[in-house]
Amino acid sequence: MDIYILGQQLLNGLILGSIYGLIAIGYTMVYGIIGMINFAHGDIYMISAYLTAILLSLIFSLGITSLPVVLLLTLFFAMAITGTYGWAIERVAYRPLRGSTRLAPLISAIGMSLVLQSYVQISQGARNQGVPILIKGVLRLGGEEQFVQITYIQILIVIASFIGMAALTYIILRTSLGRQCRATQQDRKMAAILGINTNRIISTVFVIGSSMAALAGVLVTLNYGSFDFYIGFVIGIKAFTAAVLGGIGSLPGAMLGGIVLGMAEGLFSGFVSSDYKDVFAFGLLVLVLVFRPSGLLGKPEIEKV
Amino acid sequence: MSVETGHPLLSVRNLAMRFGGIQALADVNFDIRQGSISAMIGPNGAGKTTVFNCITGFYRATGGSIHYRSDSHDINLVQVLGEKLHLKDFLNPPRLANRLYYKLFGGSHLVAQAGVARTFQNIRLFREMTAIENLLVAQHMQIIRNPISGVLQTPAFRRSEQDSIDRAHIWLKVVGLDKDANRLAGELPYGHQRRLEIARAMATGPKLICLDEPAAGLNPKETEELSNLIRLLRDQHQVTVLLIEHDMGMVMDVSEHIVVLDHGEIIAEGTPHEIENSPTVLAAYLGEDYSNTVVAPDGTTEESRPQEMISA
Amino acid sequence: MPIQQKTSLRKALLDGFWSGILALIIFGPISGLVLKGYEVQNELMRPLLIALSVAVGRFLISYLIQTTKGRYYLGKLVGKRDAGVTVASLTKSKYQHLLIPVLVLAGLSVPLLLGKYWLTVVILALIYVLLGLGLNIVVGLAGMLDLGYVAFYAVGAYTLAMGAQYFELGFWTMLPVAAIGAAMFGAMLGFPVLRMHGDYLAIVTLGFGEIIRLVLNNMLEITGGPNGASAPSPTLFGLEFTRRAKQGGIPFHEYFDIAYSPSYKYIFIYLILFVVVCLMILFVTRLKQMPMGRAWEALREDEIACRSLGINHVTVKLSAFMMGAMVGGIAGVFFATYQGFINPSSFTFFESALILAIVVLGGLGSTVGVIVAALVLTILPEALRDFAEYRVLLFGIAMVLMMVWKPRGLIRIKRKAYELGEPTA
Repeated sequence: MDIYILGQQLLNGLILGSIYGLIAIGYTMVYGIIGMINFAHGDIYMISAYLTAILLSLIFSLGITSLPVVLLLTLFFAMAITGTYGWAIERVAYRPLRGSTRLAPLISAIGMSLVLQSYVQISQGARNQGVPILIKGVLRLGGEEQFVQITYIQILIVIASFIGMAALTYIILRTSLGRQCRATQQDRKMAAILGINTNRIISTVFVIGSSMAALAGVLVTLNYGSFDFYIGFVIGIKAFTAAVLGGIGSLPGAMLGGIVLGMAEGLFSGFVSSDYKDVFAFGLLVLVLVFRPSGLLGKPEIEKV
Repeated sequence: MSVETGHPLLSVRNLAMRFGGIQALADVNFDIRQGSISAMIGPNGAGKTTVFNCITGFYRATGGSIHYRSDSHDINLVQVLGEKLHLKDFLNPPRLANRLYYKLFGGSHLVAQAGVARTFQNIRLFREMTAIENLLVAQHMQIIRNPISGVLQTPAFRRSEQDSIDRAHIWLKVVGLDKDANRLAGELPYGHQRRLEIARAMATGPKLICLDEPAAGLNPKETEELSNLIRLLRDQHQVTVLLIEHDMGMVMDVSEHIVVLDHGEIIAEGTPHEIENSPTVLAAYLGEDYSNTVVAPDGTTEESRPQEMISA
Repeated sequence: MPIQQKTSLRKALLDGFWSGILALIIFGPISGLVLKGYEVQNELMRPLLIALSVAVGRFLISYLIQTTKGRYYLGKLVGKRDAGVTVASLTKSKYQHLLIPVLVLAGLSVPLLLGKYWLTVVILALIYVLLGLGLNIVVGLAGMLDLGYVAFYAVGAYTLAMGAQYFELGFWTMLPVAAIGAAMFGAMLGFPVLRMHGDYLAIVTLGFGEIIRLVLNNMLEITGGPNGASAPSPTLFGLEFTRRAKQGGIPFHEYFDIAYSPSYKYIFIYLILFVVVCLMILFVTRLKQMPMGRAWEALREDEIACRSLGINHVTVKLSAFMMGAMVGGIAGVFFATYQGFINPSSFTFFESALILAIVVLGGLGSTVGVIVAALVLTILPEALRDFAEYRVLLFGIAMVLMMVWKPRGLIRIKRKAYELGEPTA
């Protein structure tokens, strides 16, 4: 086995995995707190890709050219606007369904996902869109013939996702907001009795999850440069797979699951077949759910009779 | 009323249950005699519901066995839920095959099919189905289920359907709900729902029926009726009854044999009279201080508690 | 209301204002700034209008809800919230037994009334009726959310195409083969996943749906990949409906010595499909009153209670899953024969979502509702071609609204009432 190819695939897996991890945070936090799969989450990510292109174009037209400023402004506004999307979706499509049947929020979420996709398609057109390449440059390790390479923007992806994760972990573990989130996740009724505004906490979780997806969306868009209104679907399922793999409801699990899935997928497409890499990822999801539904870091559920 | 001398229908031996690090049950042993009305009591959190869920197949006990012996069955209710595979099993193919079979196809339904029915503390009816449909679902073991004969509506199928409707009607009459047959179960008043749930459990044709706090939320008159119903089920329908109940009046009135649990262990067992006068039970319910003042004249001390656990 | 609150115009105005601002943030960038290459084109009037209508709407609701009269009108608009399920009365209305023959006759006379174009639309609508009935078994009756239903549709369609391509088998042989094949396929997929918790089941079935599509797309040598495969048309006792015989029979028009018309094929497909749909409706109606169907519904209501009654929840779920898959497979065969050609792009997640929308809008569990919803959702977009762009958007909005407003569908579900004589036993 070629050590360089192996290294390259693992590195690609790590990059892809940190993206999955960032998106998986949204699934895992929402599932942890209200026990529903937010199907529209992948489309939130898609929205952030469009926002990246729109914001970049606006910022350039204002005459700002300093790269760090451009990046920070784009990130900030993309995360803020996407967060607002998350808030609004929860408010409109999920909050009225608290205490409804088990299927209702899921169906509503699928409806929301269709709405977002077709809304973007109608307003922005169905064709592929793109952004200019802003950060060029490659880091190469190894010799002339054989090497492992990583672009600067990919380095940025890995660093940014770890910073994002660390900041989020700090918020959840150390701040009052985080304590309220954890309390609401454990027992929503009890948290409400203790004076926590659980509706506000649930909204906050949606905002956090959405802005993390936006972080991923901005970085990926800067890396790949092209996107369309349908990109949220497959990456959404994969990020969900990552969340389940890591143990749904667990934050470090989401990141771990993302990286494990990314690397497994990288190795599979490098050494087996890249046509079937999505099949492999979905197959992995099924296997995990059948044999270890609580994931790598999750706790097993005890059925309440 | 005397305890009938039927053979033990259910023998619980060394039952243990652990949830993560918490030991919910430790070494529980008791028998339920055929044709008896038994009650399980104990303070909140004593493990009554856990024992119940183990017997009715909703929890897989982490240790021990529950043997159920009726005319047609002699099975271990823990085994049919599908036990974890051990390394040793791979050296013993028949046992491995047996375990694999239950792992794939086992589950709580086998417990019910063996003849153990139950009701739930927070009523679990099929709320959007009518009362009679609830009873029809329960009879699925006794009727023709072949989908082809159902689609073609063969005469045999229609007869079997009519029989099951008649049986459902009889059960509705037994619990006094025949007027409500075509009402949605979820729309019935609370007391009626309780009785419908008992009728539904009885419609499966069980040997043992486990009632989880059947009197919760009922008024004294309804509780009285419930006691009569429980006796009627035992006397006329040859079913053994096991119940968990907090209403001591009802427990003492209706049951012939009482098992007292505390902290996941059995602290006393016996007739209502014996339980009423058992110092350990009083201690468990009312606290050590109380037990000391009451118990002191008999010379019973706290230390002697474990030794005098079993009377009966 | 004993306490009459003072109506506050200020609160309503503020509510409206903030909703408008939020709507502007949300709709502004995406619908207002359209990407043209790396530039954006200013379309800001669109989000302004949307935001304005959101603001006005929020203001009106906020204001009306503070007044007694307003609450009354809002209440009227929203309608009574109830379970949406009632029990039918034992006495049947006297027109009821006339209704079904009339509907059947009307259905049979459809080909006489419609031209070829509309006939194809109606055929497609009937295919969706079948799909809706099939998915309704899984989602509406058994309460399992299957998001990969299109997989079985694809299995049916490809079974017909592959059977014709490799074994030279015709429509009539492949119809039962596809039905059984899809059911077996459903069992294979279902067995490992049906023990799962409901939400996981949804995402796993979604994954399966995608796997099937990807596999069909990638197995170039066998399925033709994205280029697709052709499917045969049905024959009438060996008579073919093509201009020239392709399957070794005699063309229909030559046998009867009439002029060739491409409509004959569609009329024939329509008639078979109509009969199949009628049989399927009968089948589903009877299933509901059989032990199997009752067990499905019981499982939807309460799985734990079902297990306590000795119902093996895995096999019951499996039977629903297989039955749904079978109906999906049959619909797939009709789809393939109607199109004459299939490729994987007909079997995307969007298709699954559309079928789900039919079941949801029809009211989970209601046969009549599903039929009506399927007909409306497929025929209406054809009639309103100008709005074709907005079709998906409207489906999505409708799904959300239905869940919020009437989760049990627009048509009330009526349960059968049982007549209780004196028991004979």
